[in-house]
Amino acid sequence: MADDGGSNRTRRRSRRRRNMRLSKLYSFACGRRPSVADDDPAGSSRIGGPGFSRVVNAGVPELQGSNSISTTKYNVVTFFPKSLFEQFRRVANIYFLVAGCLAYTNLAPYSSSTAVAPLVIVLLATMVKEAIEDWRRYQQDSEVNNRSTKVFQDGVFSDVKWKDLRVGDIVKVQKDDFFPADLVLLSSSYEDAICYVETMNLDGETNLKLKQSLEVTSNLLLDDDSFTTFRAVIRCEDPNAHLYSFIGNIEIQEQQYPLSPQQLLLRDSKLRNTEFVYGTVIFTGHDSKVMQNAMKVPSKRSNVEKKMDKIIYLLLSSLVLISVIGSIFFGIATRDDLQDGRIKRWYLRPDDTNIYFDPNKPAISAVLHFLTAMMLYGYFIPISLYISIEIVKLLQALFINNDIHMYHQESDTPAHARTSNLNEELGQVDTILTDKTGTLTCNSMEFIKCSVAGTAYGRGITEVERAMAKRKGSPLIADMVNLNKPFQTEGQTAVKGFNFIDERVMDGNWVNQPHHDVIQMFFRLLAVCHTCIPEVDEQSGKISYEAESPDEAAFVVAARELGFTFYKRTQTGISLHELDPLSGKQIDRSYKILHVLEFNSARKRMSVIVKDEEGKTFLFSKGADSVMFERLSSSESSYRQVTQQHINEYADAGLRTLVLAYRELEEDECAYFDRKFTEAKNSISADRDEKIEEAADSLERDLILLGATAVEDKLQKGVPECIDKLAQAGIKIWVLTGDKMETAINIGYACSLLRQGMKQITITLETADIIALEKGSDKEAVAKASKDNVVQQINEGKKLINASSGETFALIIDGKSLTYALEDDAKGIFLDLAIGCGSVICCRSSPKQKALVTRLVKTGTGKVTLAIGDGANDVGMIQEADIGVGISGAEGMQAVMASDVSIAQFRFLERLLLVHGHWCYSRISSMICYFFYKNITFGVTLFLYEAYTSFSGQAFYNDWAMALYNVLFTSLPVIAMGVFDQDVPARFCLKYPMLYQEGPQNLLFRWSRILGWMLYGVASAVIIFFFSTTALQHQAFRESGEVMDLAALGATAYTCVVWAVNVQMVITVSYFTLIQHICIWGGIALWYVFLVAYGAITPTFSTTYFMVFVDALAGAASYWVVTLLVSAAALIPYFTYAVIKTWFFPDYHNKIQWLQHRNRGQPDSNHADVEFGQALRQFSVRSTGVGVSARRDAAALVRLNSKVYHADSPQLS
Amino acid sequence: MSGSNAAAGTSNGGSGDAGGAARRNRMPKYSKFTQQELPACKPILTPKWVVSVFFLVGVIFVPIGVVLLLAARDVVEIVDRYDEVCVPGNMTENKLAYIQNSTISKNCSRTLTVTKDMKQPIFVYYELDNFYQNHRRYVKSRNDAQLRDAKKANQTSACEPERTTADGKPIVPCGLIAWSLFNDTYSFTRGNENLTVDKKDISWKSDREHKFGKDVFPSNFQNGSLIGGAKLNPDIPLSDQEDLIVWMRTAALPTFRKLYGRIYVDLKENDTITVNLLNNYNTYSFGGKKKLVLSTATWLGGKNSFLGYAYLSVGGFCIFLAFTFTLLYFIKPSPFYLGLS
Repeated sequence: MADDGGSNRTRRRSRRRRNMRLSKLYSFACGRRPSVADDDPAGSSRIGGPGFSRVVNAGVPELQGSNSISTTKYNVVTFFPKSLFEQFRRVANIYFLVAGCLAYTNLAPYSSSTAVAPLVIVLLATMVKEAIEDWRRYQQDSEVNNRSTKVFQDGVFSDVKWKDLRVGDIVKVQKDDFFPADLVLLSSSYEDAICYVETMNLDGETNLKLKQSLEVTSNLLLDDDSFTTFRAVIRCEDPNAHLYSFIGNIEIQEQQYPLSPQQLLLRDSKLRNTEFVYGTVIFTGHDSKVMQNAMKVPSKRSNVEKKMDKIIYLLLSSLVLISVIGSIFFGIATRDDLQDGRIKRWYLRPDDTNIYFDPNKPAISAVLHFLTAMMLYGYFIPISLYISIEIVKLLQALFINNDIHMYHQESDTPAHARTSNLNEELGQVDTILTDKTGTLTCNSMEFIKCSVAGTAYGRGITEVERAMAKRKGSPLIADMVNLNKPFQTEGQTAVKGFNFIDERVMDGNWVNQPHHDVIQMFFRLLAVCHTCIPEVDEQSGKISYEAESPDEAAFVVAARELGFTFYKRTQTGISLHELDPLSGKQIDRSYKILHVLEFNSARKRMSVIVKDEEGKTFLFSKGADSVMFERLSSSESSYRQVTQQHINEYADAGLRTLVLAYRELEEDECAYFDRKFTEAKNSISADRDEKIEEAADSLERDLILLGATAVEDKLQKGVPECIDKLAQAGIKIWVLTGDKMETAINIGYACSLLRQGMKQITITLETADIIALEKGSDKEAVAKASKDNVVQQINEGKKLINASSGETFALIIDGKSLTYALEDDAKGIFLDLAIGCGSVICCRSSPKQKALVTRLVKTGTGKVTLAIGDGANDVGMIQEADIGVGISGAEGMQAVMASDVSIAQFRFLERLLLVHGHWCYSRISSMICYFFYKNITFGVTLFLYEAYTSFSGQAFYNDWAMALYNVLFTSLPVIAMGVFDQDVPARFCLKYPMLYQEGPQNLLFRWSRILGWMLYGVASAVIIFFFSTTALQHQAFRESGEVMDLAALGATAYTCVVWAVNVQMVITVSYFTLIQHICIWGGIALWYVFLVAYGAITPTFSTTYFMVFVDALAGAASYWVVTLLVSAAALIPYFTYAVIKTWFFPDYHNKIQWLQHRNRGQPDSNHADVEFGQALRQFSVRSTGVGVSARRDAAALVRLNSKVYHADSPQLS
Repeated sequence: MSGSNAAAGTSNGGSGDAGGAARRNRMPKYSKFTQQELPACKPILTPKWVVSVFFLVGVIFVPIGVVLLLAARDVVEIVDRYDEVCVPGNMTENKLAYIQNSTISKNCSRTLTVTKDMKQPIFVYYELDNFYQNHRRYVKSRNDAQLRDAKKANQTSACEPERTTADGKPIVPCGLIAWSLFNDTYSFTRGNENLTVDKKDISWKSDREHKFGKDVFPSNFQNGSLIGGAKLNPDIPLSDQEDLIVWMRTAALPTFRKLYGRIYVDLKENDTITVNLLNNYNTYSFGGKKKLVLSTATWLGGKNSFLGYAYLSVGGFCIFLAFTFTLLYFIKPSPFYLGLS
């Protein structure tokens, strides 16, 4: 029965599967494949053993093992305990919890509810925030979980949600869909059961990967119906994180067949160029390899917050200290109350007391009192600090998300701060580690120039050339830019990947060129020598191409635009529309493809062997100049020199170049190669690859040069300018790229990370002797020699740097050298060298190396690092760095998911760092300083009062008043400052990038500033306490003769504190919006409202503050007079300090404020800028010497020094 | 150049507004708030501004200081410390025995001379020194519910050790504060004229009306073996026991005065007033002073020149700073350039 169906289906297949055997195209790749499949015979024997126990019945879905994923931190059950636990990982919260518990004992200086209430409020607020964030995560998950895919159920493929997928399900995945789980490929729409997979989400590689199912399954499973009877058992390894290995077998009709990674389709990769595939689910949900790989996103904490913890510890220890002091005094006083049976303070009944005040056991009393004091002085620790900071950061993140200037129109992507706890870290970045492709560049290749038969074609000007011309100060640049502009926009709108303008060859004009035969061959080669697949849009007839790499696509597109349209690929041939030079008409030509010699990094070239309609056989080759030139025929060299020169020019301009060459093959030569090549492919010996290589090598010789192509790896808009700004801001920029050294250097020039005057230190192992060594088999010797070589090169570089003065260096290192440089014993000197250089470029680096370099910089320098990238290969680096920035808008979201902030374009980094980063840093640091100030002010008044109660632990203020200090009267202004304050407007942040250095040098959150604020808090407290108590101590304070009591004096001092800390905010804030006014004056008003309202409710609740304001204070002139005096007196010291500071020792932002103030109302005057240029340099502790303006500034300075500059006697105001 | 750069920085936002807003659904909406462009004043410490602030503060504070000083000078205050002198000469070595011996008469007579004319009302205060009414044990040792509500007489928590009598009956008012009620008494005569001390309304109205019940009467008070201070008339409700109410408003600092009463008689300069006092209260065991204070009051309250001097010095300091900064401004005219040359 099965056999009948099989033959039936075979017929159907031949109808349906009209596709060619694409796998044959990849002669190299396919030839290699079997060796992978039975790579590990030992592995297959382990199946069924430990670690290899999974058994999947294909077609029989299991009940367990849901495919839904969850990345949430909590679920309904765990939310409460887990988030609470998270909360109490903060020392301060533990402290408050203990204090809250102790508040229920007699130790408490205040009532228990007031101790617990603020903590509960703070915890609740934080938990609400956590819940909201987790809810968002849940929604993201459920979006993924609810995607649908086709699953074979009851004889048909029906839509099923991802989450309902089970192990053993048969799924059908359509073109451009993601695989919903890890699948074993059973069969595809192609006859040979191959499919193309894009694994960008997994490894960041944009090229397509080929997968092929076992023949046994593809023969059995031809269409939807065939699954009714299909049964198979798959035994394979348990879920693990290895993306590139897979061991298993499939048992069909009691016959076992080994499975390899070749049959494995991984979740989150995408089906490309293939109509559909069938597969059976083997790993679902969190078992899938990609989820197993998903690292827990490391929770990052900003430096400011880490320092804040230290401050909290400092406060806690000072809290302990003063509590100890208080306890000692208390112990002494308590002991003295009862001496030899003589009672001193009889009114305290020391003779009949409890343990807390026992004069017979003063030590125990003192210890217990210590606990009381710890609770009382708890106001030193701002309980609301964390939650306030979190609220502030959330709002700051909102501003980042909503910044119109960071919105990218083309991709409709705004910036997105994915975690808000690193906002201020954005203002402290010292080193940026950036990926190249997709980050600095658009990852789009544009065919822009070519050199054919010694003539250079293409007038298009690249971003690179423009930047270079600008750097050189070429007067022509304006014209060039203008000339180029219309073309550029035209080119962009017209054809993606094509920016070639030259009327000499366009529109068929090439036939009139002298070497038109060469040109024809050149274009033909472009159209034929590739592995692209055309896709003809049936309606419009437009042809688009699927290519493994964007370069290839650019070539085919270029050929199409120039009249050689590649429109069809069959199993054995390629068909073109060609322009016939004789008739001038489009004719169709087809070429029979005999062999494809694939590109790989060792060969650095790709060739096809084709037979044209006249029966001539050609070898078409394209490759890097380094390998191609040595393969050219020695007799043919008429334009070799010129071409080489052109190639150099192109490379200088930052273009990717390839040399094109061809050769006509003789019949027998061809046959000989065919035999040898096939033999090599079929051999199973160890040196099989070498044999293939040898066969190809023997053929690719004596080539005839056609010319060279230049493809622009397009820089993203505004990248050079952005890098210039960042460099001016003193940020170091390292480029970590997987690209070739040449490309990396090109891009380096393009973004002015490299410039002419710079000394380049290149560390590479591509030296002759190392290569020679590598030919040998002694791996250890190679490693040792390589290591020594690298270390030596590093040391030489260091010597060079030490010897020079004032020169800027650039370090370029390749991946192989990096391996050795990153070893433990070498990384120190490597880092030293790298730090000494203005810019660092690491090329050919693997994702892991990127992460390692990032870690090296982070731990080695102790400074803040920012990693920016777009691909999955940048994930490691993004997670490793202090701040990870993902470029969003592109397809792969892996980098974005791992990042802390995502932006659409590299250039937005400028605004993100210089504006938002600086603001957030300055805000948060001011905010924290102020927080400590206000709490110390409050706490110290409590402590000072203790001294007057013989340290008995009596609070100066009413319980509820104290509890609400942080929550009500002083919280809003500081939050408003954290959200809205701007020391310098955005425009000036960008105009004076050096301002940014306040962050990396941590000027605003240095210990001296923090301690200064704390001391100021102490001073304020002293002033407030002594002024208010001395002014109102024991005489009548009203006309009616009443005297102050504890409640009234406390309330008065409290009033002074509220006024002082709120008005202090007025002095601190530098950007005074209406909101700040409302918060500040509202805070003060709230205090009076509280006094009235709280005083009005029953004395059972309001206790001592019952009617204290209405009855006693409000009617007393002295109360108001004291308030005015004390608030003013408390503020004068800071105000004086601030004046002296800004006048004589201005911070950088103060200077800019001055300048802004001076320039207000008038357009920016140039002379101020020049002066400021000098100020910049004086402020600058180190200059990276990188960027477009570095050179221009230097020139300006020389000019400035030559003519002694007399500023017209500068006047303020 | 910087100008053009800044413009470049902002240009894409501007154009973003114009281009197909309908299609761009993820574009942040423009508002002054989200773009952080809210109108604001940016205060900067310019010399003009600084000097005027200091000068203004000075100009306001100095006159206030003068007014306050004048007000304080108007107050006439007579302070008489009597705890030492009221101890009989034979017992100065053992004051404790004197005060604890109830058989020794505590009568004491003091003569005060009025230094300046005193307009009525004249406030009579007693001042205690080194008395920690603000001690936590002391402050907490009361029960407000019991004081307010007759039905809650049994609520004596926190009143330790003066909670109940030996046989377990609740003390009203309980606690250390009430127990240690001040019990020195004063009567004044000017020549033969008796100066009546009005002891009405010496406490806060809110206390009388809301904190001490009209139907709460003292019971079991000072019945124990150890008697602290004054006894209370069990027939007068707590709301009328103003001495107790005043006493139970605990003082903030260890030196404090409490209002004893008012004398509604004008006193002339050089009037001699005889004070007959009962020196009952024990301050000797803890070395506290006792003082009798007669004082008038102005709109500002009693005699304390501190406020005036403080205002004068703060104001003066500000004016000094104003001048200093003006001077500095002329010597080093432009602070902004200090970083440069």
